[in-house]
Amino acid sequence: MNGLTGAYVPGSSPLHRLPAGAKLAGLAVACTVLVLLPSPAALGGAAAAVAGLYVVSRVGPAAAWAQVRPVRYFVVALFGLQWVFVGLEGAAVTTLRVLLAVALAGLVTLTTRTSAMMAALERCLRPARLVGLDPFRLSLLLSLTVRSVPVIAALAVRVREAQRARGVERSLRAFAVPLVVSSLRHADALGEALSARGLDD
Amino acid sequence: MIGFADVHVRLGGRDVLRGVTARLPERRVGVVGANGSGKSTLARLINGLALPTSGSVTVLGLDTRRHAAKIRRGVGFLFTDPDAQIVMPTVAEDVAFSLRRKGLEREEVARRVHEALAAYGLAGHADHPAHHLSGGQKQLLALCSVMVLQPDILVMDEPTTLLDLRHSRQVAEVLRGLPQQVVAVSHDLPLLADFDRVLVLDQGRIVADGSPEEAIGHYRKMMA
Ligand SMILES: Nc1ncnc2c1ncn2[C@@H]1O[C@H](COP(=O)(O)OP(=O)(O)O)[C@@H](O)[C@H]1O
Ligand SMILES: [Mg+2]
Repeated sequence: MNGLTGAYVPGSSPLHRLPAGAKLAGLAVACTVLVLLPSPAALGGAAAAVAGLYVVSRVGPAAAWAQVRPVRYFVVALFGLQWVFVGLEGAAVTTLRVLLAVALAGLVTLTTRTSAMMAALERCLRPARLVGLDPFRLSLLLSLTVRSVPVIAALAVRVREAQRARGVERSLRAFAVPLVVSSLRHADALGEALSARGLDD
Repeated sequence: MIGFADVHVRLGGRDVLRGVTARLPERRVGVVGANGSGKSTLARLINGLALPTSGSVTVLGLDTRRHAAKIRRGVGFLFTDPDAQIVMPTVAEDVAFSLRRKGLEREEVARRVHEALAAYGLAGHADHPAHHLSGGQKQLLALCSVMVLQPDILVMDEPTTLLDLRHSRQVAEVLRGLPQQVVAVSHDLPLLADFDRVLVLDQGRIVADGSPEEAIGHYRKMMA
């Protein structure tokens, strides 16, 4: 869960101080470059650069690992498949690309407050106004999503415990129905709280 | 000043409030009553989240039916479940969210957020994810995000129901220090003990109204 929620690690490194918009643009450019880099050697260089950025950011190895941890099985499976189908070099290139892109995206999350990210997104999303969408609402939606992950996860734990207490161990239905009901109830309460906090003004 | 004039509320074919009339000038007003007696509906009427089916509700001299946005700015609302009320991922961001429409400089927002968090004992958690706080701290954060806007009236719907004794006391302590008018729906009778006035609701009507001792005494007898 740490990969998404509250991933921000407070700090004053140059990466922390860089504007969120610049970091997002940099991320887009870096990912394009990763795709264009042809050889394992070039990607090795890129890996060293990414590692260097992590050192500069001073977020610590635990936070860094938390960013790539969620994709570890995927990366292993990808490497295996690629090895079989396109050979060792191709496998190394593809896997490194994915891993480095995830690590870079993680670095942006680790060094940027959600509010700063929201503000940057709001600016990026400004053209959405032309098709009748409100950029503030779109970026609020993103924040709410991030905020709701741990809340819904806690609801899921509660439902699971309630089922266990009643001796129901492995029924998907007995788990899903109350979880959906309590999630909807939460969504309802959230909507009301947003009105109370002046969202409709 | 809050006024209810013969307020009826009908929801989904049910008469939830049936002729509520009261003028509430007191600084601390409590509301008690059985589950389903209409307490939450009464509270929600005060900031226009609910509207009367007939009759009228006047808050800060304005009719809630016609001035919903203005009244909402003057009335802060604290819900039972802080998780439903905290909308930003981290503590400071949630308080800053309240200030977003104020047109303040970034430094001024940061200053006010910091001040507010310090007043609620949350200064050390500014950059922490909200879900790392304890239940009581979350409720304090929700309250902090409401109070940073300095509303004229604070309405609370069972604000301590999910809290342990220590955190309930902490919230009660914070309330005691607030200069604003407070209307609190609560089953937490000690919270209401030093209030100026307590209303008892039963099946959508006010059945007792007086000092905390009188009203709570009536409520206890009713529940016996
Ligand atoms: N939107 C609604 N639709 C239908 N019935 C409702 C609605 N809101 C509340 N009620 C009913 O109104 C009654 C009073 O609700 P409420 O004001 O929440 O009472 P309390 O807070 O005292 O428990 C309850 O029986 C509830 O089921
Ligand atoms: Mg209620």
